[in-house]
Amino acid sequence: MHVGVEPFLMLAAVLFSIGLYGALSKKATVMLLMSLELMSIAVNINLVALSRFVTPKTMEGLFFAVFTMVVSAAEIGLGLGLVLAIYRQARTSEVTNLSELKG
Amino acid sequence: MTETVSGIAFGVLAFLCVGGAIGMVVSKNIVHAAFWLLEVTVAAAGVFLLLDADYVAIVQLLVYAVAVAILMIFSIMITLRRIEDAVRPRDFSAVAAALSALFCAGILWTVHAFPAVHAQPLPAVAPDVAAFGKLLFSAEGWSLPFEIASLILTAALIGAVWWTKEGDE
Repeated sequence: MHVGVEPFLMLAAVLFSIGLYGALSKKATVMLLMSLELMSIAVNINLVALSRFVTPKTMEGLFFAVFTMVVSAAEIGLGLGLVLAIYRQARTSEVTNLSELKG
Repeated sequence: MTETVSGIAFGVLAFLCVGGAIGMVVSKNIVHAAFWLLEVTVAAAGVFLLLDADYVAIVQLLVYAVAVAILMIFSIMITLRRIEDAVRPRDFSAVAAALSALFCAGILWTVHAFPAVHAQPLPAVAPDVAAFGKLLFSAEGWSLPFEIASLILTAALIGAVWWTKEGDE
């Protein structure tokens, strides 16, 4: 039994949706960041699969995946730094407590 | 690797990915969730290997499974010092579940209905890491985006240090 590009895209869609659910429903900031990470993994699976099936010679998708990883590594570093800064200010890192800027 | 992707290997890896993701979302303990995410990243690296993307798989393991996992565990240890803080109610939200289920159904339908992706045969050619590196560092290839990526990482590093440094509270 062999698979084409479609199961990869479906796997990525399911992973992305689970990450979306986590990002929308979780109240701990670290859990939120983990859900974002899950979504970027799903995007990478999409990019790599499409690169392998559609542009195998020029490998555009692989380069895009590498740069996505760079951006999400920067995002996770900054996000966790932000969590630490918030924790130092408010002694908590719940998303629901971060409403000081609310109008 | 033959010219097609093995269905059994894909099935096992897909099961590990989706199972780990669900485990991450439903686990009450944040530390458990971090380890579930680690499992998902390793399984995703397996998916990349299945697609002949050796370099991306190695980077995935190095960046996500090592660096990001360590960062996660450290910030959990710093911000949630007692065990009671790390264990929390399951934060179920019906609206979020409905939205993401709708999104998932929409994407799955699009993938299914988009004729270009149907029965796409796997191209036999799969360039190796050497070809990837040559393209990455050639001037007409991706060397400029590569430099910009290093700039982004430097900016993120400085920004993270700036935010977390000891200062006036």
